[in-house]
Amino acid sequence: MTDFTVKTPALKRRHAAEKRFQWYGLGSIIIALGFLLLMVGSITIKGIGAFTQTRVALEIELPSNEFNLNDLKATNYGAIVKKALRNAFPDVTKRRDKRKLYGLVSPYASFELQKMVIEDPALIGKTTKIWFVASDDVDMYIKGNVDTSIDEKSRKFSDKQIAWVEEIQKKGDLEKVFNSGFFTGGDSREPELAGILSAFMGSALSLSVCFLLSFPIGIFAAIYLEEFAKKNRWSALIEININNLAAVPSIVFGLLGLAVFLNVFGLPRSSPLVGGMVLSLMTLPTIIIASRASLRAVPPSIREAALGIGASQVQAAFHHVVPLALPGMLTGAIVGMARALGDTAPLLMIGMVAFIVDIPTGVLDKATALPVQIFLWADSPERGFMEKTSAAILVLLVFLVLMNLVAIILRRKFEQRF
Amino acid sequence: MNMAAEEKKSDGAVPTVPAIETEPLITARNVDVFYADKQALNGITLDIPANKVTSLIGPSGCGKTTFLRCINRMNDLIDICRVEGEIKIGGQDIYDPKVDVVSLRAQVGMVFQKPNPFPKSIFENVAYGPRIHHLVKSKGELKDVVERSLSKAGLLEEVHDRLDDPGTGLSGGQQQRLCIARAIAVEPKVILMDEPCSALDPIATARIEELIDELRENYTIVIVTHSMQQAARVSQQTAFFHMGNLVEAGKTEQIFTTPQDPRTESYITGRIG
Repeated sequence: MTDFTVKTPALKRRHAAEKRFQWYGLGSIIIALGFLLLMVGSITIKGIGAFTQTRVALEIELPSNEFNLNDLKATNYGAIVKKALRNAFPDVTKRRDKRKLYGLVSPYASFELQKMVIEDPALIGKTTKIWFVASDDVDMYIKGNVDTSIDEKSRKFSDKQIAWVEEIQKKGDLEKVFNSGFFTGGDSREPELAGILSAFMGSALSLSVCFLLSFPIGIFAAIYLEEFAKKNRWSALIEININNLAAVPSIVFGLLGLAVFLNVFGLPRSSPLVGGMVLSLMTLPTIIIASRASLRAVPPSIREAALGIGASQVQAAFHHVVPLALPGMLTGAIVGMARALGDTAPLLMIGMVAFIVDIPTGVLDKATALPVQIFLWADSPERGFMEKTSAAILVLLVFLVLMNLVAIILRRKFEQRF
Repeated sequence: MNMAAEEKKSDGAVPTVPAIETEPLITARNVDVFYADKQALNGITLDIPANKVTSLIGPSGCGKTTFLRCINRMNDLIDICRVEGEIKIGGQDIYDPKVDVVSLRAQVGMVFQKPNPFPKSIFENVAYGPRIHHLVKSKGELKDVVERSLSKAGLLEEVHDRLDDPGTGLSGGQQQRLCIARAIAVEPKVILMDEPCSALDPIATARIEELIDELRENYTIVIVTHSMQQAARVSQQTAFFHMGNLVEAGKTEQIFTTPQDPRTESYITGRIG
């Protein structure tokens, strides 16, 4: 009888090799996941603070003699806020201390107050308790980002300010709220006011332009090359060039955009239109390559079936082959878009690296983009911008995840068995 | 007899006597096919009679499928493929530059080796051809055509209550009959079948063979097959290909009982192939 339980040394070695390979694979996946977790985790921990904001309440006196009811904007609201701060801490008398005291609320406080008064003129002549955005220094202190063990001289937030903040806190006039301004505001020099919306809109508009340009051009090029073009030296040359273009560093496309779109065509600088055009130069090769691959993956029998009953080549391609390849094409397009979303270099060349406070509403408005905004904030010296940087990265990552989600949903929707 | 003698001398690259007396529908004269520099078919001359089943047999790589694909110009799709010689269908040269391949293929339908229904519903599979050729004017007419085609292909009874189900969900034999229904929905004159049963089990094969026999009444059928039993069962004329040459063609029973060429004999007795 044959004994199936005998393990020869060769067989043992084979089993060991198999086990070993599985462990290698598992190990690499664990390492990759670990790094991913580390990255997302550290960004989340650093950035989560940006989603809350510290506010302080002040007793604001609005004496009616300082207001002209016909022109509510003429009043010096800044002085009113400063007076409220002085009233809250009457024992502060030195000029330097006063300046520090004023630094507890954001410079934006006077605009907040102005807006409130214009909306509700009935406030005039009364004394009301009003909440204001605290300055970034206070915000950082409340969030525990100020190291009080450092010598006072070498830190920005002084012991006196700490004492004031604690006094306000004791009175219950300090609160941490959800920072909606981060999602609805544009960029600002003040970290407590800086928002992501202008950069988000800039990215969204650029990507829309990029998609509208590169998707149709890309898939038509792919369909032509794959279904109609004769396979000869010319098509081989084109194929090599497309593959090479996919590997060209994006800054080169940026320079091309600067030279051609801005200088020759005279399109507006810093606009999402030019940004999208430059990004589409970059995504086109990716889309063409992915689309060709998915067209090639459609079984030739489908093509033959259509041609065999007398469909023309265009009918065979568009009625049968393209619908089957569409999910793959969409995936390719989204991968290209995701790359475009994260790319900064070409946008720097065409002037989308600007300080943009206004939220762009059209493709010709001046705009910046999410990765550029991250770069700008990371470069800013204020402590408050550090958490903004991480928060912006989180927004970018969420944007990416959403795009991929859309890709998966579309793929599911269009996918057909064959 | 003269010709047969000549054939032996020049190794088969010479016209064979048309075997069946009825007026031929398809006539091939000296058809050469090249894939780049490689010659795949050498001077094929063959008459294919109307409303008969002609089977093309021969070992793998002998050129029978290549010849079949010349009849509806499917070889045009292969860039490196070149066809010389003359093929006429109903007296018209199909390689004439004036011929439109789209209308040629509407007249000469094709059923492939592997069932290849479109990944659409059963109805859409059959309706596609009539629709692109504008053969129908209304939805009701289209429905009639689809049902008539399915019924001719012997599939209607099995699928009449699920015409909206995907065609790819049918069994292999049903899929192949769906492909036949799809081909006959455009009312072709000729149906080319490239080993239609090679992917099917014996029962499904028997079903298709029965169908081929029924279809012969209205269509001229050319079938490539690896199974000599199948050729013997379904065809009236048989042509034997070997290494790019048409060795012998004639009435099926004659080819299988008294082959003229020794190569034919060794093939049908199983010595080469």
